[in-house]
Amino acid sequence: MNPEQILFILFGAVALIGAIAVISFRHPIYSALSLIVTFFAQAGLFVLLGAHFVAAAQVIVYAGAIMVLFLFVIMLLNLGTLSVKGAMSGKLKGFAIILGILFAAEGIYIAVNALNDTAVASAEPATESVTTTTYQIGELLFSKYLLPFEVTSLILLAALIGVIVLVKRGNQDES
Amino acid sequence: MENMPLLVLILSSVVKILIIVHMLIIGVMIMIWAERRVSGWMQDRLGPNRVGPQGLLQPIADGLKFMFKEDLIPDHVDKPLYVLAPAMLLVPALITVAVVPFGSAITLFGYEIPLQIASINIGILYILAITSLGVYGVVLGAWASNNKYSLLGGLRSSAQMISYELTLGLGIIGILMLTSSLSLRAIAMEQGAYPWQWNFLIHFPAFLAFTTAMYAETNRLPFDLAEAEQELVAGYHTEYSSMKFAMFFMAEYMNMIVGSAVTVTLFLGGWHFFGLENVGGPVWSGLISFGIFFVKTAIFLFVFIWVRWTLPRFRYDQLMNFGWKFLLPVALTSIVVTGTLWIMTGSRLVVGIGNVVAAFIVVSIVAGLLVMNKTPEPAIRDNDQHVTPSALDAIE
Repeated sequence: MNPEQILFILFGAVALIGAIAVISFRHPIYSALSLIVTFFAQAGLFVLLGAHFVAAAQVIVYAGAIMVLFLFVIMLLNLGTLSVKGAMSGKLKGFAIILGILFAAEGIYIAVNALNDTAVASAEPATESVTTTTYQIGELLFSKYLLPFEVTSLILLAALIGVIVLVKRGNQDES
Repeated sequence: MENMPLLVLILSSVVKILIIVHMLIIGVMIMIWAERRVSGWMQDRLGPNRVGPQGLLQPIADGLKFMFKEDLIPDHVDKPLYVLAPAMLLVPALITVAVVPFGSAITLFGYEIPLQIASINIGILYILAITSLGVYGVVLGAWASNNKYSLLGGLRSSAQMISYELTLGLGIIGILMLTSSLSLRAIAMEQGAYPWQWNFLIHFPAFLAFTTAMYAETNRLPFDLAEAEQELVAGYHTEYSSMKFAMFFMAEYMNMIVGSAVTVTLFLGGWHFFGLENVGGPVWSGLISFGIFFVKTAIFLFVFIWVRWTLPRFRYDQLMNFGWKFLLPVALTSIVVTGTLWIMTGSRLVVGIGNVVAAFIVVSIVAGLLVMNKTPEPAIRDNDQHVTPSALDAIE
């Protein structure tokens, strides 16, 4: 076993434990913290794949910004311990079961493929060339993936404007 | 670095880590002493001068006191997070320094050793990523303390850090465009030997915005609303005592030191100073460059203390207005102007002048808009609001 494999197992295990902890903890703050741990382990996995930029973006965006907002909201609303019985009822339960089955099927499909060595084998050479440096990511974004990039930025702009409109309306109602 | 045997690489790294971490910790002690002495000097009083010559041993006395004090954990706290929080603030402060290049390179025994712990090609992103994690220590400590003043401090701090992080990130994009590298070493090398070749002149508005945002990120006056003594006792660390409080304290000073070092690298020419860094042989030039970097950082740290006793603390709405309506537009303009002028002319002089002019115009426009749309403030604030601040007051 080479050091990279050991690190992979380590990060993978931490990611899994964190993910399980997210749904196991009763308190939302602990769940949110477990999610941060998972994001970190994922960032570690990205580094192992040579995708340094993606790893940094993962930490900046998810661990650094989004989860802070999550914690902020949880603390502001002062959410207490959640009970499973109260949260899961009626329609929500059915929806959760369907989503769960779909997700499990996806996972099993990937796992079976990985055992047959098709998915993994095809994924490996890509890590060397595609996402090694920020320079290459930039070049790809502004040439091959220009349209998706611009569309994404438009969607984000729409979201920004939407937020401002919503906040403005709220202010007018108050006064 | 590439042609180095593994053993040399590991050994040199360990030595560098040991030196830098100890310099950081000693730096924190010196900063605590300096802050109190300089504060005393600025207020025309003495400051601590009893322990050792000029009170130099005061931080050690303080440290001993912290260590021997009872480690008190109040009953009403959330214990795991309460214990974890100081460490979550201190660790990011410590590991950020790993990518800061604190000198050119030293050649020892035939190996050229760069004076930087980890030369990774996404250095600046690493710094942004790690500093954005510092907020967890504050927020969790505040929440786990189960104390309303702590919580208010934590909420203020998280809102403040998220707001100013944007400026922090956007302020450096101009530099990245001109350097076309994310590596801190490359950015430092790009800047020439003379002050007029350094980034702070080319990106002057971005430099001001970045520095201000950094002051806010380190929770220093005038941005220390998270621990405003008059309003929140001591903010997020109200419930902490002994070594845990000391860890919060150390993290703040460590963040200051690392922030100064990063600013020196990005904007103030790193280890360059009138070609002095090239004097002497392969060993001496490295040491001299380290010394130059050290002195620059120290001067910048002095400015930290200076600002503290020069500017009054912001009110919370002023803080948010300042961050979102002045700093952010300035940082965004600097990106657009730098990019456009660089493509059109390719001259750093034009970019520098254009940046200043554009920032001036933007600030004037924003100020004009604010003055025109000014809503009349309520003549007298309800006094009750100040006595018991609600959570909504804190974010509004």
